[in-house]
Amino acid sequence: MAALDKRPITGAGPLNGVLTWIDARFPLISLWEEQWGKYVAPKNFNFWYYFGSLSAFVLVLQIVTGIFLTMNYKPDAAQAFASVEYIMRDVWGGWIIRYMHSTGASAFFICVYLHMFRGLLYGSYRKPRELLWIFGMLIYLSLMAEAFFGYLLPWGQMSYWGAQVIVNLFSSIPFIGEDLSIWIRGDYVVSDATLNRFFAFHVIAIPLVLLGLVAAHLMALHEVGSSNPDGVEIKKQPKDPQTGLPLDGIYSHPYYTVKDALGVVVFLIVFSAIMFFLPEMGGYFLEYNNFIPADPLKTPPHIAPVWYFTPYYSILRAIPPLFNSQFPGVLAMGLATMILFLLPWLDRSPVKSIRYKGPLFKSALAVFVIVFLILGYLGTEPTNVWGQFGPWLANADRATVVARICTALYFLFFFLMPWYSRRDRWQPEPARLT
Amino acid sequence: MRSRTLNSLARLAVCAMLFAPVLASAAEGPRLQTAPINSHDIASLQNGAKLFVNYCLNCHSAGYMRYNRLRDLGLTEQQITDNLIFTGVKVGELMQTSMDKKDAKEWFGVAPPDLTVTARSRSSAAGSGADWIYTYLRAFYRDSSRPTGWNNLVFANVGMPHALWQLNGQQQLEEQVFDSEHAAQAALIAAKTVSDLEEAREVKDGKAVTRYVVKSIKPATGTEAGTLSQVEYENAVADLVNYMNYMAEPSRLERRQIGIYTLLVLGLLFVFVFALKRAYWKDVH
Repeated sequence: MAALDKRPITGAGPLNGVLTWIDARFPLISLWEEQWGKYVAPKNFNFWYYFGSLSAFVLVLQIVTGIFLTMNYKPDAAQAFASVEYIMRDVWGGWIIRYMHSTGASAFFICVYLHMFRGLLYGSYRKPRELLWIFGMLIYLSLMAEAFFGYLLPWGQMSYWGAQVIVNLFSSIPFIGEDLSIWIRGDYVVSDATLNRFFAFHVIAIPLVLLGLVAAHLMALHEVGSSNPDGVEIKKQPKDPQTGLPLDGIYSHPYYTVKDALGVVVFLIVFSAIMFFLPEMGGYFLEYNNFIPADPLKTPPHIAPVWYFTPYYSILRAIPPLFNSQFPGVLAMGLATMILFLLPWLDRSPVKSIRYKGPLFKSALAVFVIVFLILGYLGTEPTNVWGQFGPWLANADRATVVARICTALYFLFFFLMPWYSRRDRWQPEPARLT
Repeated sequence: MRSRTLNSLARLAVCAMLFAPVLASAAEGPRLQTAPINSHDIASLQNGAKLFVNYCLNCHSAGYMRYNRLRDLGLTEQQITDNLIFTGVKVGELMQTSMDKKDAKEWFGVAPPDLTVTARSRSSAAGSGADWIYTYLRAFYRDSSRPTGWNNLVFANVGMPHALWQLNGQQQLEEQVFDSEHAAQAALIAAKTVSDLEEAREVKDGKAVTRYVVKSIKPATGTEAGTLSQVEYENAVADLVNYMNYMAEPSRLERRQIGIYTLLVLGLLFVFVFALKRAYWKDVH
């Protein structure tokens, strides 16, 4: 370790010469050291801490496979569906690239959801990491936009009608809704014009925003330092007289470089198992209906968004229309995502990590996770999936009633957080990592 | 107390989310029968391709599939040109139908859909797309109320006539009515052909009664049998479905093959990276 730290930048080797030349003109070494090489991280990252680097890995995967897909994809309503099948059949290795991209889309959300859940578990959003959390939330919103725009491109039935439904949500906004949705589509229905602009957003606009936000997210992280499962701020620890590092800190490189590399290999094993043996993932990653070309005259009987949107879709459906307008549901759906921005200020617990929080917070989080999963499942199914209650509940759809209860619990998790997080029992955080 | 339990619970929940079984939502229509197909059976695939170009391609297209891709099935381009191309197109062309879309719409009420990826698009919680086609092609029956004279137990009031009727012979729909659901279920299980169970509510003596109707496909009485026996016909349909399943994703076998190699390489890489990680982390306490 010591040898690595004290490696001189300048020297006789040919590579060192080049580095010296560059470093005299561009802060390459200091950039590398600030952002990763000499970044000091807590030494006790566990399973949940893999998903940050994995999300970044999937982002790169999506960008690279996306570039190759655009070489043969045609953003044209008359040719889009056929061009995807052309990629699957006639382009050499095309099916691998396409399955990587379609599986990668779901993998991205899995990693990001687990990464966010880590934040909830260990209070990673708490002071001084509020802005870090907000950048993360902006990444999450951009990712949803990216996925939504991208999903139209294969131009299958689900692509088409999913986009139709989502854009129609905007038309429920009072006064400006109708004009707004026409402005988004560029037409009165989802059409070739819509496909073209969604393509532009998917391959240029949103990826640029995403990359910028990811850079900001990482810079903010490396400024304030990483959280950890114990909630200990290693920056406040006394320094080890030998190494000059905080007592519980280690350099990211090589320690987390090799650890995250291990994470990437395990991820790739799971990812490959899915993309080579279950690329449709039972209709969840590639919906069966999307193998039928888009037909504006034929509405499918059951329109469901892809699994990563379904918790919010359930919330949308759970809220009854008011004055014949879906707007309250749309509002609730928007609020359900936006409220996550406020987490750093809703959590009033004296400690960050769930390890030292009390039973109230632990049960609230457990209920939240279960509710999120139920909402996610119900969003993939029609509302009559569980049948109806008897006349005593006006023959209401069971699934709708459950979705309403879950929606209420979803919001209560946040609304009541200032109260239960403060009232809860807690234990003091230790001075050193355990 | 550490939140280990909670941690593992949460992990379980995550796994449950990722691998949530597709709960079979009670689909309308008969239970789909599992298509007895084998993607490695070259003879079956070749026979299926022959049936496909002879019986399906007249009205349907397979417009994303090229004829020369059939080399996957062990055929040479010459064999493909000589035996499987009837429209005189070049071997590198797509499998288009010669039927005009407008004419087709006039004749059948709806233009016959492209069949390239039907084996994927017809998948559902009830069964794979191959299962659906396998059941569908054995569910045609005579129905004089339909413009084509044919109806289908899997796809009610379908616009398509029974294209394979000369092989299969004419079939009719047989209905058995039961008072108890139990007896009806037993009859449904015993039925060897495509069958469906429906409930019928009727009013008898001022009381609502539920009857259970088992509908099954049976050879039509007083008609000529098909050129194939029942078993031969089922085998022929299985071959056709096997081919359509291949056509929906020609790279399926290659995908699994490459998948195995990829996992082996990644497994090896895991061993090295794991050892590397352990070596580096030795001095972290």
